[in-house]
Amino acid sequence: MMSEQRKKAKAYWKENVKYLSVLLVIWFFVSYGAGILFKDALNEIRLGGFKLGFWFAQQGSIYVFVILIFVYVRLMNKLDKKYGYDKDETDLKK
Amino acid sequence: MSVQIWTYVLVGITFALYIGIAIWSRAASTKEFYVAGGGVSPLANGMATAADWMSAASFISMAGIIAFDGYDGAVYLMGWTGGYVLLALLLAPYLRKFGKFTVPDFIGDRYYSKTARSVAVFCALLVSFTYVAGQMRGVGIVFSRFLEVDINTGVLIGMIIVLFYAVLGGMKGITYTQVAQYCVLIFAFMVPAIFISIQMTGNPIPQLGFGDTVADGSGTYLLDKLDGLSTELGFSEYTDGSKSMLDVFTITLALMVGTAGLPHVIVRFFTVKRVRDARKSAGYALLLIAILYTTAPAVAVFAKTNLIESVHNKQYKEVPLWFKNWEDTELLGWVDKNEDGKIQYTKGHAVIGNKNKPIFDGDQRGEYGERIITNVNASTKNELFVDRDIMVLANPEIANLPNWVIALVAAGGLAAALSTAAGLLLVISSSVSHDLIKKMIKPDISEKGELVAARISAVAAVCVAGYFGINPPGFVAAVVALAFGLAAASFFPAIVLGIFYKRMNKEGAIAGMIIGILCMLLYMIKYKLGWFDNVLPSSDEWWFGISPEGFGAVAMFINFIVSLIVCQFTSKPPKEVQEIVENIRIPSNVGKSMNH
Repeated sequence: MMSEQRKKAKAYWKENVKYLSVLLVIWFFVSYGAGILFKDALNEIRLGGFKLGFWFAQQGSIYVFVILIFVYVRLMNKLDKKYGYDKDETDLKK
Repeated sequence: MSVQIWTYVLVGITFALYIGIAIWSRAASTKEFYVAGGGVSPLANGMATAADWMSAASFISMAGIIAFDGYDGAVYLMGWTGGYVLLALLLAPYLRKFGKFTVPDFIGDRYYSKTARSVAVFCALLVSFTYVAGQMRGVGIVFSRFLEVDINTGVLIGMIIVLFYAVLGGMKGITYTQVAQYCVLIFAFMVPAIFISIQMTGNPIPQLGFGDTVADGSGTYLLDKLDGLSTELGFSEYTDGSKSMLDVFTITLALMVGTAGLPHVIVRFFTVKRVRDARKSAGYALLLIAILYTTAPAVAVFAKTNLIESVHNKQYKEVPLWFKNWEDTELLGWVDKNEDGKIQYTKGHAVIGNKNKPIFDGDQRGEYGERIITNVNASTKNELFVDRDIMVLANPEIANLPNWVIALVAAGGLAAALSTAAGLLLVISSSVSHDLIKKMIKPDISEKGELVAARISAVAAVCVAGYFGINPPGFVAAVVALAFGLAAASFFPAIVLGIFYKRMNKEGAIAGMIIGILCMLLYMIKYKLGWFDNVLPSSDEWWFGISPEGFGAVAMFINFIVSLIVCQFTSKPPKEVQEIVENIRIPSNVGKSMNH
């Protein structure tokens, strides 16, 4: 019985780590990539009055950060449900 | 009504509100005192976290720093927001599942060692005290500028208010006051920004406005205009920075990781009910913080353009009244180097020595009625001294906004400073009463006794913070920015490895934390405080050109590497600890792990 639970926990953890690795790669690219390392190249492109590299550094990266967290929240809520981890004992009592 | 009366009215109303909330939400148990009973809703916790996070520095100084640094200001914008992604993905859910009261609790249990706990307590106190002294000073400065009391009286008033709701309400009181403080500070920040955005570009959304065209019908983009003005005056282009890419990279990283490692931020995620609430409330927190952080760069552009246009090459006699008002507070200064009666604003420091701040000759007035400055820097042509804080504080006056808007900025600045100070004081008092007294000195203390101890240590912490606010040691200002480096170098690797690497043991974690924080302290003492040499070493001597602010990122890597190496050569953690790790990775049954 224990090993069944263990297996489930392991599979859940693996999927979680996969999600957060993908999201952290995006996190790195918008801030350190677009906002810092490739800033000069992106500054050649314009978005209205903004040079794109500058925009990523002072605006865009922050918007993406917010989106990343909410995407993670959604993915994890689904994952919790899939593995039956979405119910607490405290919830069941009610 | 005058600005003065408006300020008294608005500050009075907000203070009454905070005290009212404190009385309504008194803490009756240690669980309520430390983590607000663990039942705060994700949105309320998000608001409280945002207020806790945004200090006087975010509210008053950040837009000003960006205005003068241009692109380089992005290190603060990205650094102080990107850390929440790390928090939400790597720390908050698991620490919530672990379900204790403090960060040293986690370090102590996960690394099954009193030594690890003591190191963590030491780091938590070091980080929080350096940070809180700056906040109390901020409260004093806001009071003195807007209510014309002296800074020390301002600090005392701030102490009494914080004392009242932190001691009475603990985390519960602080959480609900912070919700109110968030509303006050965001309103106070947005109203002037929206007004000015409409004035300058006709666009009511500041985030879009600063990328829009100037409202004079010429069709030029505001940013292009500012780039042009900046190069004309001898500065580098606004949208292009002057820091090296490596320095920008490391500072951003140190601030992000430091944010995720700050105890007063982490502890907020102990207050929600379930693991999924912890993730969600990190999302809300960042969303609410992002409203201010995406507006600040817009305010910076508006203010900088406004400033240059309203003073450069203008006759001193004809400058608007606000210029003279702020000259009286010593945040502005003008010296007529070429004796043409006009203000010239160019590259370089207008004054020399005294940390590049002007020394005024009492109330002596010069030929045009300007205040006389004694430490003139003759080697540059720049005639204007501008304190960076003025960009937010004077912005509404520069833009001719109504008096109530100006008063609102004062109330907002106070809300920002008080909320952060209260959050930090709670971390200090729980470190003392819970981590030191309950867990190490007197484990058999009763719940009632612990609650009394928590309240007494909160009082003591407020007094110490107030003392540093009134007598700021010279190094405090320098060190506040480095609190992030210290947090990045100590907590972040220990917590992340504790969750993601089951094999991590106490020897590795302790060695990593100690060596990490020592590296950071030594680099900081050598290159920021200059205590090892008679003079502060110049920036040419920095390792690879990395500034002390950015060194936290390097120290963090050192911590990771030391931890991993030491851990390979020492014994595995015991079975129970490995089970703790497996348990915190699973989000269900939070209630169960709370029974301790």
